[in-house]
Amino acid sequence: MSVHIKYRIGKSRVFQVIIALLAFACVVPLMFILFYILKAGITKINWHFLTNLPKPVGETGGGIANALLGTVLLVLTASVIAIPVGILCGIYLSENRKSRLAYWSRLCIDILQGVPSIVIGIVAYFWLVKPLGVFSALSGSVALAIMMLPTIVSSTEETLKLLPDTLREAAFALGMPFHRVILKVIIPCGFSGILSGVMLSVARVSGETAPLLFTAFGNPYLSTNILKPMQSLPLLIFNYATSPYNDWHDLAWGASCILLIWVLLLNIFTKLVTRKWKVQL
Amino acid sequence: MDTSLNNDLITRPDSMLGRVISSAKLRDAVKGIKRIKRSHRQIRTENVFKKTLVIVALSTVVLVLGIMVTLAWQSTLSIKASGLSYLWGKVWDPVQDIFGAYPFILGTLLTSFTALIISIPFSFAVGIFLGEYFPNGLASNFLKNTVELIAAVPSVIYGFWGLAVLVPIVRSFETSIGVAPVGLGIFTSSLILAIMIIPYAASLTRSMIQMVPSNLKEAAYSLGATRWEVIRSVILPYTKSGLFAGILLSLGRALGETMAVTMVIGNTSLIPKNIFSPGNTMASIIANEFTEADHPVYLSALIELGLVLFLVTVVINMLGRRIIKQFTQE
Repeated sequence: MSVHIKYRIGKSRVFQVIIALLAFACVVPLMFILFYILKAGITKINWHFLTNLPKPVGETGGGIANALLGTVLLVLTASVIAIPVGILCGIYLSENRKSRLAYWSRLCIDILQGVPSIVIGIVAYFWLVKPLGVFSALSGSVALAIMMLPTIVSSTEETLKLLPDTLREAAFALGMPFHRVILKVIIPCGFSGILSGVMLSVARVSGETAPLLFTAFGNPYLSTNILKPMQSLPLLIFNYATSPYNDWHDLAWGASCILLIWVLLLNIFTKLVTRKWKVQL
Repeated sequence: MDTSLNNDLITRPDSMLGRVISSAKLRDAVKGIKRIKRSHRQIRTENVFKKTLVIVALSTVVLVLGIMVTLAWQSTLSIKASGLSYLWGKVWDPVQDIFGAYPFILGTLLTSFTALIISIPFSFAVGIFLGEYFPNGLASNFLKNTVELIAAVPSVIYGFWGLAVLVPIVRSFETSIGVAPVGLGIFTSSLILAIMIIPYAASLTRSMIQMVPSNLKEAAYSLGATRWEVIRSVILPYTKSGLFAGILLSLGRALGETMAVTMVIGNTSLIPKNIFSPGNTMASIIANEFTEADHPVYLSALIELGLVLFLVTVVINMLGRRIIKQFTQE
């Protein structure tokens, strides 16, 4: 009998160890990737790298200024489109929880969350690139904005749902109109949740390549016109990484390093924001 | 008080005419009118605001319908040209206008399911570890944040890393087991995908396991069950449907992943012979050939692939979410 119990306890211990090992094994590839990218990329980054255009094949040096500027512009335009729409939709969903439109809208947001990014690229191509007749940063931004929407909407909705009804009722009792209750009471209370959703969505789309392949398309020169093709960091990494030239690989390593640091910083910052300004009930 | 004053103004305007109005009274009257105007304005803004909310919510529905209609509309040419046989046609030859999607569908299924099989033990282990063994503490916080970071790294960076690090490793592995040492191929992309989809199933498993009522667990402990026996015969059966949903969401993610796969899968339109041979997935063929598609049927065939991909991921995601919803409502 006692042998049997010892066997069972031993088995339990063994499985605990196995599970812990498997769980921590997941950390290894990530650490490996982070370490490798940082090691390969950090030596390439200097002032020259950040402020110059890529050189043609065969010439060493060159930088990624066009991709940096392009990424910033693309993500900024996408944010301008997606943030207001996303927050307003989140407000609608949290204010009208049971309406039929809310049901369908929520369903569509769920669908959008799962749509592969390449499909969104195709759609943006047919909505903006084909009618305008030219690849443009604007179409890329629209594709990115569609990808940002679900994150912003669901984080806004989840945050606002947590706020107690008494808050809303107190504001209404003071005679405030609906829009002021929302804008001056509800949104400031749920600010941290909304902000974290926005930042996560920005982090997500900064690294998106697939929807940009046939919308923003890429551009070897510096461009600030959002109606023309534009380079972006992930596109540059993709194009240069799959090219056979070592100089271009170096550029791609540097660009990967910058992109990785930016995305990780955004994620960590989001964590801090949610911890600092947590919704307190 | 203001309203009554204003009523006076409105109902008996002529009585005011003959009188000398004191400046104080006039000021009050003007103030009252202003206040009324302001509240009118606020009511109007309120209505506009409410309408904007409805329009925005409606626009998300329109957006998704628009995506669906655009894909369906643009692929009609290809649907008309090859019909249903498109799905199992074994040859993809744009030069001769023969479009069969079977190599890519097979490639997608192979990469996704191999990735799923590799990643599931790890993601379940993370879920069990964080949900049952150590819900709090420094080590589990570290693990939780790191696993979340796996999802944050852009896929193009995974692809680049795979190209530089994983491909040579796989190549030497292939040499040692005696397959053609290409390095690029379905196996390599499955490995990368496996890493990328760990967080999705892991976080869902964790939250599902934390939802198991503690009285169930305590009952099992009081009968003398060990930790592992509780996990095996109470927690896992209870969370069965949730775990399945986690697998589904990971699968949906793996099916649609484009960049990392495109970079390491080798890109050929031939039917993959085994798991080490190069191939293409539905997403990667679109990424590779969309800008090269020079005639309408070709383009339309690619979009039909996008349509299939869209429908499959929508069904899988809906199913997964439905299961999660049912589970959390119980």
